[in-house]
Amino acid sequence: MSDELILEVVTPEKMVFSGKVDEVTIPGTEGDFGVLRGHEPFLTFVDIGELYYLASGKKTYYAVNTGYAEVTGGKVTVLIETAERADAIDKDRANKAKEKATASLSQLTKEHDEYEKMHLALTRAINRISIADKFS
Amino acid sequence: MASLKDIKRKVGAVAKTKQITRAMNMVAASKFKSAQLKMENFRPYAGKFMDVLNSVALRVESMTHPLLTVRDPKKIRVICMTSDRGLCGGFNTNLIKATERFIREKGKEGKEIALISVGRKGRDYFRKKVNVIAQKVDLLSKFDMTLAVSIADEVITPFIKEEYDELYLIYNQFVNVSVQKPTVVRLFPLPSIGQDTEVESDKRLDYVYEPSDEVLLHKLLPMYVHVLVFRALLETSAGENGARMASMDNATSNCEELISTLTLKMNKARQAAITAELMDIVGGTEALSKG
Repeated sequence: MSDELILEVVTPEKMVFSGKVDEVTIPGTEGDFGVLRGHEPFLTFVDIGELYYLASGKKTYYAVNTGYAEVTGGKVTVLIETAERADAIDKDRANKAKEKATASLSQLTKEHDEYEKMHLALTRAINRISIADKFS
Repeated sequence: MASLKDIKRKVGAVAKTKQITRAMNMVAASKFKSAQLKMENFRPYAGKFMDVLNSVALRVESMTHPLLTVRDPKKIRVICMTSDRGLCGGFNTNLIKATERFIREKGKEGKEIALISVGRKGRDYFRKKVNVIAQKVDLLSKFDMTLAVSIADEVITPFIKEEYDELYLIYNQFVNVSVQKPTVVRLFPLPSIGQDTEVESDKRLDYVYEPSDEVLLHKLLPMYVHVLVFRALLETSAGENGARMASMDNATSNCEELISTLTLKMNKARQAAITAELMDIVGGTEALSKG
């Protein structure tokens, strides 16, 4: 068992975060889960939601998009499509995305191909807004 | 021999061309830098992804997934990934040639071929020649993972529905700034993953899976396709700009050469004109003094 916990958050665009943390909470598809050092090797999918880590007594929040998380030994690797730090979220843009998604959802039925896509877009926008709200 | 004025005009024209090619070279260089950066930023993601995929594949007992099923290939689809713009040397030409050769070979074997064209140049070339079923143009100047996802999803569903049997991706592999290699990769059925690679013993740790490992694999494989397509897109974009950089650099030095030859010619013509004029004056004075 290693006595430290390293977190790596990677998106296709860049390495968002890499460093030592005390604790991390990840929104898994089967529910949120926290990781402390010495966690069992673990692999799961990440859902749209809020990820945060605790380092030197401070919590940092990210709005994340789907991907997966792997825990091995003293290392947590989170591979996701997008990750935005709470203070870097563009709320206006999120609001616009929400409006747009709501508008197109009202015209679509569940059978429509676009429905699921727009629904996801809406979930993402709401997630970003709620996280941005919390920390602004 | 061309008149002095003609040559002068020509030098001016070539100088202007040189300005343009040099500007294009610089633009391509900066675009190339950002494309390269994107590629480098993607590397950790792709690397980590492969690690996980391999270790999952090792642990899953039976690799059964619709994307791995091998069928007798009768209907083939080909994704041809070119650039949207020209003036980048042989970048697109070589790729199109490779694609044509591939299609011809498969055609000889009696396969039915359909083409998915990514990039304007390939679309324009193949539009009237082969069956182009889908196209994505004017997207390469600015793209992210969502483009790769949309391309991949468009091919995954019909493959699972058995509308076609094999999918190939043809793109320019980025070797370095001046070398891009047209490469053919078979996407579907996916070549077996992780079975033959030795994974270091410390990575053989047993995972706790959530959800089950098979569900996990079912989600990972489409993501694997996304990663492959995205990497091809990145390499195409870097290769295109690298090729343009090189060819515009060539064009600029050609312009310089042309200008120096033309200047030499111009100087000769000017000297000839002066000599002729002098001869006239000398002839004139001589005639006067005799008179």
